[in-house]
Amino acid sequence: MSTMVLRPTSPAEVQEAVRAHRRILPRGGGSKPALSTPHQGQTVLDMTGLTGVLEYDPGEYVFVARAGTRLAEVEALLAQHGQYLPFDPPFVAQGATLGGAVAAGLSGPLRQRYGGVRDFILGVQFVDGTGQLVRGGGKVVKNAAGFDLPKLMVGSLGRLGVLTEVAFKVFPFPKATATLQVDFPSLAEALEALYRLLGSVIELYALDLVPPDTLVLRLGGLPEALPARLRRLEEFLGRPAQPITGSLEAAYWKDQNDLNRLGEGCLVKVPLSPKRIPALEEALQGVPRRYLSGGQLLYLAWSGPLQALDGLLKRQGLPGLVLRGVVEKPLIGLNLEQAFARKVTAALDPEGRFQPYAAQN
Amino acid sequence: MTPALRELASLFPPTRLLTQPGELAPYASDALTAFRAQPLAVVLPESHAEVVAAVRWCAKHRVPYVARGSGTSLSGGSLPVEGGIVIGLNRMNRLLRLEPKERIAVVEPGFINLQVSLAAAPYGLYYAPDPSSQPVSTIGGNLAFNSGGAHCLKYGMTSNHVLAAKVVLPDGETVELGQESLEGVGPDWLGLFVGSEGLLGIATEITLRLLPKPEAFHTLLAAYDSLEKAGEAVAAVVASGLLPGAMEIMDALAIEAAEAAVQAGYPREARALLIVELEGETPQVEAEARYLDEVIRASGAYEVRIARSAEERMKIWKGRKAAFSAVGRLSPDYIVQDGVVPRSKLGQALAEIERLSERYGLRVANVFHAGDGNLHPLILYNGRVPGELERAEALAGEILRLCVALGGSITGEHGVGMEKRAYMPEMFSSEDLAAMRRIRLALDPLELANRGKMFPGEAPAAHSHGAHPLQRAGVISGG
Ligand SMILES: Cc1cc2nc3c(=O)[nH]c(=O)nc-3n(C[C@H](O)[C@H](O)[C@@H](O)COP(=O)(O)OP(=O)(O)OC[C@H]3O[C@@H](n4cnc5c(N)ncnc54)[C@H](O)[C@@H]3O)c2cc1C
Ligand SMILES: Cc1cc2nc3c(=O)[nH]c(=O)nc-3n(C[C@H](O)[C@H](O)[C@H](O)COP(=O)(O)OP(=O)(O)OC[C@H]3O[C@@H](n4cnc5c(N)ncnc54)[C@H](O)[C@@H]3O)c2cc1C
Repeated sequence: MSTMVLRPTSPAEVQEAVRAHRRILPRGGGSKPALSTPHQGQTVLDMTGLTGVLEYDPGEYVFVARAGTRLAEVEALLAQHGQYLPFDPPFVAQGATLGGAVAAGLSGPLRQRYGGVRDFILGVQFVDGTGQLVRGGGKVVKNAAGFDLPKLMVGSLGRLGVLTEVAFKVFPFPKATATLQVDFPSLAEALEALYRLLGSVIELYALDLVPPDTLVLRLGGLPEALPARLRRLEEFLGRPAQPITGSLEAAYWKDQNDLNRLGEGCLVKVPLSPKRIPALEEALQGVPRRYLSGGQLLYLAWSGPLQALDGLLKRQGLPGLVLRGVVEKPLIGLNLEQAFARKVTAALDPEGRFQPYAAQN
Repeated sequence: MTPALRELASLFPPTRLLTQPGELAPYASDALTAFRAQPLAVVLPESHAEVVAAVRWCAKHRVPYVARGSGTSLSGGSLPVEGGIVIGLNRMNRLLRLEPKERIAVVEPGFINLQVSLAAAPYGLYYAPDPSSQPVSTIGGNLAFNSGGAHCLKYGMTSNHVLAAKVVLPDGETVELGQESLEGVGPDWLGLFVGSEGLLGIATEITLRLLPKPEAFHTLLAAYDSLEKAGEAVAAVVASGLLPGAMEIMDALAIEAAEAAVQAGYPREARALLIVELEGETPQVEAEARYLDEVIRASGAYEVRIARSAEERMKIWKGRKAAFSAVGRLSPDYIVQDGVVPRSKLGQALAEIERLSERYGLRVANVFHAGDGNLHPLILYNGRVPGELERAEALAGEILRLCVALGGSITGEHGVGMEKRAYMPEMFSSEDLAAMRRIRLALDPLELANRGKMFPGEAPAAHSHGAHPLQRAGVISGG
């Protein structure tokens, strides 16, 4: 199949492209190929030509950049000022872009501390399905004017518009961090500890469950307070904990950022709450997986037929998003479509230019 | 009674359908009393099904309506549509579910903000968004206005704490937005609905996220001989890498008002007070407090107090929380503004506001969320003096334009409502507004839900007292 790939270098060129082509698929770094591989008849808008940081004043905790900017570049710049994107977008080293991270709606393990991508996006500029350049939100950390279009774009999968610019709230990265790995005799005991931690005063930067029964915790803060906090944490858990320290600690989390390492097959994101875990664990034996953010987020690598996973998720009442793998539709499991979704989509893309999964129409 | 009204009367018992002028009067305005409008009727549903019935009736008879919580909106957000229906949600005030382990609460829209934290307290949990109106405002109103409070920099606004909502769309259809998880897949439809100011539907069931109460607080009060120094202290705290739960500033007039009202024991002669609160795990807060101490000492504060007990902490906050209403003691009337500027522009904004205050001959008290750059200038005027209200409104308008010019926003938390819709074009281009309007019309082609709010040019909701200042200045046209 022949696919036309355009590489706009300005919002105006994105507008032109949207107006001139019947079906459009925006693509950032292509780190989530299930989302960014074109179907028949789609023109790919390669967004990597729209790059560059537009505004960054560390004292404001605000960061504005073009959507095609690579996360790696963003993180390096923020790190120079001791700051970071607290939602911890995955696939940084794989070339993921800001726009792709927002459109895919992906957050990583560190989202535990302050929240996910929706909690940090402040403003967007995008080209809608009629070719209009639209701005929503703003560039200050607090703003309530107009409809919250920035949040709407989170997870929109390029379906509602082509992002050209995004503004984020950023935070200072903790001056020191420490990681503990704690094994429990059973999943039930690991989950009990997870619940106790979530309801406690202990503040964790990451709280992951590695099946079958290991918790991985990351603490952050001022270096002088860390030893006392670590002691308290171990006491609280009442179990021996293996610390991961020094350069290994940072390397460990960098590794986790590349979700591809989870395993072969389709890579799938499943939002959930911790009470779903026991039933899921029974169903997912042998599937490479990891629960992030205190049991709010599951990433798994699925090697079997995707229909089987689709059915499994439906039975559990959960939705899923396929990030890697060849799929007709990346949204699987529970269907969350409703009238609100249909009407808003029709408002922003009346001609269905961004209709990504119905290219055969 | 018209046939349409008779039909409405068949849906609601007489005690919950108000049509007499005396019964309607309390609903004629919200906390922005400068605007008033007479509704045709008020209905007081007690269930989701009754909200659906009311909305369907409105759709069938093309009658505009406004959902109303406690009516504490400061921007005319819950002002009725003249001749329309008010759907009062105060009676839908049940806590439907509290799951402390999962840290969620499911409430009806009329549930009061503060009650959520009270219900969660036995489990060591609380609901983070804390608008100053939290003892009276409803979760439904908070959701519609994406309300904020003193803790937004660190914890975000209401939107960051709402997980799901059951919503009645303007055609009467019911949808579920969001889910119990903090994560989601697909577009964040709930994110769009929160803060939509009642224009996209009515929330009838809301799932909230609860947080564990912090273990320790460190609350500091610093007095300065200039507003500028207090503003610079905020910048210094941020630059040090600390992330306080709250940073609030009050100016001399606000201090005077708060002292007169609640005797918080503030240094009365200060030109500015800065409140900084650290919160979190005890060892961490103790270590952070030492850094904060250094920063504040270097910032030129002439007096620094640390709350040594929960009582001392409450006393410091009491003055701040009472500041708005306390200003009522200094002046018969006042307008609360709600602009946002980048933090680095706070000093410039305050100096400019002072200049404007002199030029207009009206006193302005400043109380604000300094950590977010969210200003709350309180413009004092006397409504009985001819022309003063208009002058106060013109001054308010100049402050909003100043905020936009400095790269900020016309509202941080009080919403656009009726009051600020004329200023939307200052912040957004016509394409931006057209896209928002297309969303609005896709969901509500007849513009029934809270007609006349947020967007300039939509049919006016009420007759106010004369043209808008921007209209008179020729900047905008129409209503
Ligand atoms: C493990 C792995 C396997 C790979 N396999 C393949 C393969 O099989 N086939 C292949 O072609 N390439 C593959 N690649 C390469 C890679 O996928 C390509 O370079 C590419 O398609 C792009 O981006 P992102 O990471 O920025 O987000 P993307 O994956 O590009 O995008 C994620 C989602 O966001 C949307 N989006 C992105 N940018 C915007 C924007 N600015 N506005 C609105 N929506 C936007 C997309 O439409 C998509 O829905 C692979 C890469 C890796 C790491
Ligand atoms: C003294 C005082 C202090 C205040 N302090 C703050 C503050 O610190 N921070 C802040 O953000 N605000 C503050 N406010 C403003 C106000 O309290 C908030 O905007 C609050 O959220 C309004 O809640 P309410 O229940 O009174 O809603 P209302 O005023 O009744 O309604 C507000 C808006 O919400 C809509 N609405 C109400 N219920 C629903 C529903 N169920 N579904 C859909 N739409 C609905 C209405 O149509 C209207 O547009 C303050 C107000 C006062 C009077």
